[in-house]
Amino acid sequence: MDRKEILENIQGVLGNKIKKFYEKSEKRVYIDIEPKDLIETVTFIFKKLGARFSIASAIDRPDGTEIMYHFSFDQYGMIVSFRVFMKERIGVKVDSITPIFIGAEWIEREMHELFGIDFIGHPNLKRLLLPDDWPSDKHPLRKDYKNEFR
Amino acid sequence: MSHRTIIPIGPYHPLQEEPEFYQLLVEGEKVIDIDVRIGYNHRGIEKLSESKSFDKAAYLVERICGICSTSHPLAFVQAVENISNIEVPERALYIRTIIAELERIHSHLLWVGLAGHFLGYNTIFMWAWKYRESILDVFETISGNRNHYGMMKVGGVRRDMYEKDFPWITRELDKVVDKVIMLKGAVLDDPVIHARTKGVGVLTKDDIINYCALGPTARASGVDIDVRRDDPYAVYNKLDWKVIVRQEGDVFAKTVVRVLETLESLKIVKQCLENMPKGEIDSKPKDIPPGEGIGRAEAPRGEVIHYVRSDGSNSAVRHKIRAPTFMNFPTFKKSIVGQTVTDATIILAAIDPCYCCTERLTVIDAKSNKEVMGSRELIKLSQEKTALLKKEMGIE
Repeated sequence: MDRKEILENIQGVLGNKIKKFYEKSEKRVYIDIEPKDLIETVTFIFKKLGARFSIASAIDRPDGTEIMYHFSFDQYGMIVSFRVFMKERIGVKVDSITPIFIGAEWIEREMHELFGIDFIGHPNLKRLLLPDDWPSDKHPLRKDYKNEFR
Repeated sequence: MSHRTIIPIGPYHPLQEEPEFYQLLVEGEKVIDIDVRIGYNHRGIEKLSESKSFDKAAYLVERICGICSTSHPLAFVQAVENISNIEVPERALYIRTIIAELERIHSHLLWVGLAGHFLGYNTIFMWAWKYRESILDVFETISGNRNHYGMMKVGGVRRDMYEKDFPWITRELDKVVDKVIMLKGAVLDDPVIHARTKGVGVLTKDDIINYCALGPTARASGVDIDVRRDDPYAVYNKLDWKVIVRQEGDVFAKTVVRVLETLESLKIVKQCLENMPKGEIDSKPKDIPPGEGIGRAEAPRGEVIHYVRSDGSNSAVRHKIRAPTFMNFPTFKKSIVGQTVTDATIILAAIDPCYCCTERLTVIDAKSNKEVMGSRELIKLSQEKTALLKKEMGIE
C-alpha cells in the first residue's frame, strides 16, 4: 500500500465516523472522530495498519477538553493525528487505549494527573510525575491553574 | 521457601547520572518485578513554554536536556515552521545537520563510556570520554559553547559557520574516526563483554512494537525506524548514510548499533562540510499565524516529537513535548524481569535513559518529596550487594 491507499483505506473503513478530514500536507493529516469511536479507530490503526503510536496530547480549551492521538506511519514519514473532543472541562472521562497496547500507559497516567482526565479501563491509573502529597484536585496543565510556588 | 527482597536504587545513586527511583523485587538473585518512580526532576517546561514567545521557547526547550540539547530545539523550530510552512535557507539546513550529528557522536561516545564503566571497564570510560572531548572542542569552535549551542531558531540558525574552520574540523573528525574504529574493535571483540552483554536484557520485535519504543533501542531489535530517513528534515535526504539495524535485541546489539551509528554520523558531518552551499542562514519569519504543527527529529535516543498550537499571538497555546526515553523507559518491565541483579545495571543503562528528558513537565512543589531515599537506604543497598557478592563467592 502506498500513502494514498492508506488514507483511502482509513476513510473507507471509518466511513461516517470521521467528522473532519484535513490533509495539512503530505506528511501531516488530522482526523476528527467521536470519543465513542476511539477504541475501534485506534485498534484498526495500530493492529491492522501497523502504525506506531507516537504520543497523545491533551489540551484544555475554553469550551471543553481535546485529546489528540498522534500515530506515525514510518514507511511514509506521515503522522496521522486523531482528535477527540469532549464538552466537559472538569471530570472528563474517555476510554483508555492502554488495553490495546502498553505503550500508551505512561502518557495516559500523565494526562490523568496533569489534566484530570479519567481513562476508563486503564489498568494502572496511578500518579507518574507528581508527588504523592500533591492535592488531587489541582491539575497543573489546565489553563486555570495558577502557580502558587512562583 | 523463597524469600523476596526489594532492592531500592535511587533516587540519588552513584549508578545514575540523574535522580530516578527503581524498586527491584528480587527472589534470590533473580529480578521478579520492577517499579519505577520518576518526577524528581520536574521543571514544568510545557507550562512554562506557554508563557514564552516562540523565540524564547527555543532557548527554553534546549534546557530540557544537556546531552541531547539540540534535538529538542530542532524539533520545536520544525514544529513552528510546520504551522505556516516557513522556508529555511539551505545553508541553515546544512548547519542544523552538522550540529545534530555532532551531538549524536558525543552522546553515543558518552554512553559507550558509561556502559564500560557499569561493566567494570574503566579504561573504556576514560577513552570514550577523551575522544568525546574533541567533539566538544569542535562544538566550541562552531557555537562558542560546549553543550548548549543555542544554534536553532525559527526560520534558520542563529550563527553562521566559517569556511576557514572547516579544514581543522575535518582533521579533528578524522582523528575521532580512527579512535572510534579502535574502540569498536576493543569493545565488540572482547570475549568478556560478549559474555556480559549477549543474550542479556533481550527485547523482541513484538515488545518494541507494543511499547512503541524508539531509536537505537528499537533498531537493535530489528525494528527499522529512523526519522532522519523516514520523515527527512534538514538535509539528510541529500547525503549518503545508512540506518544501522540489528536483530538480536540484547544489550550487545544496542552497543553495536550505537558504535556503528557514531561512524555513520561522522560520515554525515564530513559530507556536510564538503557540500555546504554559501548563502543566507535565516529566512527571518515575522508572525506565526494560528494553526498547529508537528516537528520531529531523531535524537541520539530516538524520535523527539513536538506538537505546537498557535492562536496567532507570539507564544504557543499548547506545546507538547515527547522525548524518546518516555517511550523507551517502560520497556524495563520486559527486559529486566527474569534477569539477575548483577545484570540489572547494564540493562537499565542499555536504553541510554535520559531522565531530564522524560520529566519535563510539572510544576515543582517546594514542600514535597520528603520520601526520598537517604544514605541509610543506600548503605542498605550496598550491604545487600556485598551480601550477594559474598554469596556468589561462597563466603558466608
